[in-house]
Amino acid sequence: MTEPILNIHGLTKSFGALQVSRAIDLELRPGEIHALIGPNGAGKTTLVKQIAGALRPDAGSVWFDGQEVTALDTPSRARLGMGRTFQISSLSMDYTVLQNAVLGALCHRGDVFRFFRPVMKDRALLEAARRALDEVGLLDFAAQRTSELSHGQRRQLEVAVALTLEPKAFLMDEPMAGLGIEGSQHMMGFLDGLRQRAPILLVEHDMDAVFSLADRISVLVLGEVIASGSVEEIRGNPLVRSAYLGEDEAA
Amino acid sequence: MSKETLLNAALLALLALFPLGAWLADEPFLITLTTRAVIFAIAGVGLNFALGLGGLVSLGHAAFFGLGGYVMGVLAYHAQTYTSLLSWPIELSGTTAMPIIWLFAVALSALLALGIGALSLRTSGVYFIMITLAFAQMLYYFTISWPAYGGEDGLSIYVRNKFIGLNTMDPIQFYLICYGLMLLVLALVWTFSRSAFGLALGAARQNEERVLALGQRPYRLYLTAFAISGAITGLAGALFADLNRFVSPTMFSWQTSGEIMIFVILGGVGRVFGPVAGAALFILLEYSLGGLSDYWHVYLGAILLGVVLFARGGIYGLLTGREVAHD
Amino acid sequence: MSFILFIEQLLNGLQFGVMLFLMAAGLTLVFGVMGLINLAHGSLYMVGAFAAAATATATGSFLLALIASLVFAAFAGVLIEVLVIRRLYARDHLDQVLATFALILIFSEGTRWLFGSFPLFLDKPDWLSGTVNLPFGIIYSRYRLAMILAGLAVAAGLFWMIARTRIGIRIRAGENDREMIAALGVNISLLHTFVFALGAALAGFAGALIGAIQSVQVGMGEPVLILAFVVIVIGGIGSIKGAFIGALLVGLTDTLGRFLLPWLFQFVMSPSSANAVGASLSSMSIYLLMAGVLLFRPKGLFGSQ
Repeated sequence: MTEPILNIHGLTKSFGALQVSRAIDLELRPGEIHALIGPNGAGKTTLVKQIAGALRPDAGSVWFDGQEVTALDTPSRARLGMGRTFQISSLSMDYTVLQNAVLGALCHRGDVFRFFRPVMKDRALLEAARRALDEVGLLDFAAQRTSELSHGQRRQLEVAVALTLEPKAFLMDEPMAGLGIEGSQHMMGFLDGLRQRAPILLVEHDMDAVFSLADRISVLVLGEVIASGSVEEIRGNPLVRSAYLGEDEAA
Repeated sequence: MSKETLLNAALLALLALFPLGAWLADEPFLITLTTRAVIFAIAGVGLNFALGLGGLVSLGHAAFFGLGGYVMGVLAYHAQTYTSLLSWPIELSGTTAMPIIWLFAVALSALLALGIGALSLRTSGVYFIMITLAFAQMLYYFTISWPAYGGEDGLSIYVRNKFIGLNTMDPIQFYLICYGLMLLVLALVWTFSRSAFGLALGAARQNEERVLALGQRPYRLYLTAFAISGAITGLAGALFADLNRFVSPTMFSWQTSGEIMIFVILGGVGRVFGPVAGAALFILLEYSLGGLSDYWHVYLGAILLGVVLFARGGIYGLLTGREVAHD
Repeated sequence: MSFILFIEQLLNGLQFGVMLFLMAAGLTLVFGVMGLINLAHGSLYMVGAFAAAATATATGSFLLALIASLVFAAFAGVLIEVLVIRRLYARDHLDQVLATFALILIFSEGTRWLFGSFPLFLDKPDWLSGTVNLPFGIIYSRYRLAMILAGLAVAAGLFWMIARTRIGIRIRAGENDREMIAALGVNISLLHTFVFALGAALAGFAGALIGAIQSVQVGMGEPVLILAFVVIVIGGIGSIKGAFIGALLVGLTDTLGRFLLPWLFQFVMSPSSANAVGASLSSMSIYLLMAGVLLFRPKGLFGSQ
């Protein structure tokens, strides 16, 4: 079995009396899509934040690419190769689609402190940006202002910007939320192929998408991973059915 | 050519032709008035780099404007009184050469901005506004109570400083120096805003979380922008003091910070040439309304209120519509 | 340096702090409930002082003058809230700073137009003139003591109102969740006008009280305004308790700094340079205090971190 690229041990976090993460263990292996599901308020986004470095856990550790990153901040983890997409689009709305993608490529290359050459004439950056836009199907909209994009297109751009980072793993927080049926289909097809390039930790609400895409699924309820396994195992797990899928057998 | 480019060109042409006309008509007062506008424009362009591009609402840019002024005052004072500026650890004397004064003004303002920025940028929002204001006030009260360079009364120098080959006491020649420096500053800021740094800084303003997730630290971007911004405003301060041949704590006052901010807002936040239009309009209002009534600040207040409430993009917003994203 | 002199300076610092609290309370409430940063708060302070001075001249009654300061400042507050300020609640801080800066220009020049450029004077009433004898042989100005007591009484009333009354509950709810309070069916715009007028009245009251020991003139509000900002930044913006602690800290630091620093420097340098260095440093001391506080607590002492 291959070594996991992302490894989480006993991650624990509380806000005052509220425990949002209870000793969470999780791993992401090369080539897989590991889906993280759970009802609203289960602590999914809080977990993603701790993995990405935006929130410090009270206890536990995060390992990425063979290295402990628990004490590192978000930018350092991003440089190591974590590509994050946000649940709520956090694009630069005043910029064009192309500018957003160029920004990603620029930050990946790292030479941000250059003052004289016009960045939008940098061939290497433009090429990387266009390639990423093309992959998600946004190349035709490159010159459009981001604030004018539809909800679904913003999701695509989120993914495109993450692509420009050429990450070793993706952390995707609901990349399909708000997409229409067609948009979801398209995104699913894309993510399906993407996992070969870099594995994806996928937080998603859309159950159909999760069950057809994921290699493995972990179920988070009240900050606790109550089940983790293959699609079949999760589908058949009575705990998951009662706690999450809403079938009140227990009652 | 876009409307914005057209307006930029018209503005530069106007600022070049009007003083020449005043010179031909032998109206030195109008030249001096335009010189003020151009110097204020430089100060505003400086603030706009932090405020418009970086989203850093500094209500303390008087700190840099005043420091630039005092750099001029102190260097020229020692040169003109033949006293040494510093005897330990090295012997330093003053100077009356403008380029050297500018160099010091820019360098020291950048350093001060690095210091103030490093502390202030730990905060954000209203706290940032207030702490920048507080730093400027600190310098204001310091200059008032420090007796060596005139304290509250300020410091006069006898003649304007020198620039090789020019007679700086001639209004039109001094104007040309200021106009040239404004062009230089505009060109620099224009270039910076289209560079890799400009793209990243603008992104940090719009969404810090994104920039963090892309592996960059907004703090460094902000601090750099703040230092550049302070340096430019410091240069304007040195010129302003040279124009008046006088420097006083008023240059550090919070009204000065407010006025620099007004230039930016009247012109249009975030437009590179915005403060030029804003400063020109400000001087025009001061001149025409000031002639109309002693209480011209009432009208200025009303106009400013109108701009904030109803015409948020300032002159540039009114005349050129929404800013186009540049490619 | 005598102990009695020190106590007197301590009381002066307390008096200054209490007055700063009256200013800062309105600022911090308005920020906490409406999210507005109001530079024109100093103008309301000035309105109160002018209203008091004009009323005292016309009627000769100090109490009527104080009432006039409250009424006129509150009225001016309601006026600008309805006409201008309420359009700014949803705007960013930059717009708020500019619009309220514009209001300062209008207020200052308007007052200059009404009253002229010469300062007015507001006399202390006879029953508050002279000195009182405090324990330990301390002799202190009766008026300043009255200022301390009046300020503390207002502060206590404000704390009581916010903690115990229905309007106080609504104010606190507004600080925590602006949408929730609208959902509760409270007339939110009326509440906003009330909070703004309350802050204005407190500022006007402070202006009147201080007007009797300083001259009443255009531009008197801005130095106090900036100090009040320092106060609420130190205390944590939005926190009344923070404003109170911050005001006392700033008042004491400023007064004692002016008094102690020149004296302290005398031990290490000549008297004239000790005075110069001491005066420069003490005028910067509260800003250093603020920078120091923000260095360790970027959201102030009692701000929500």
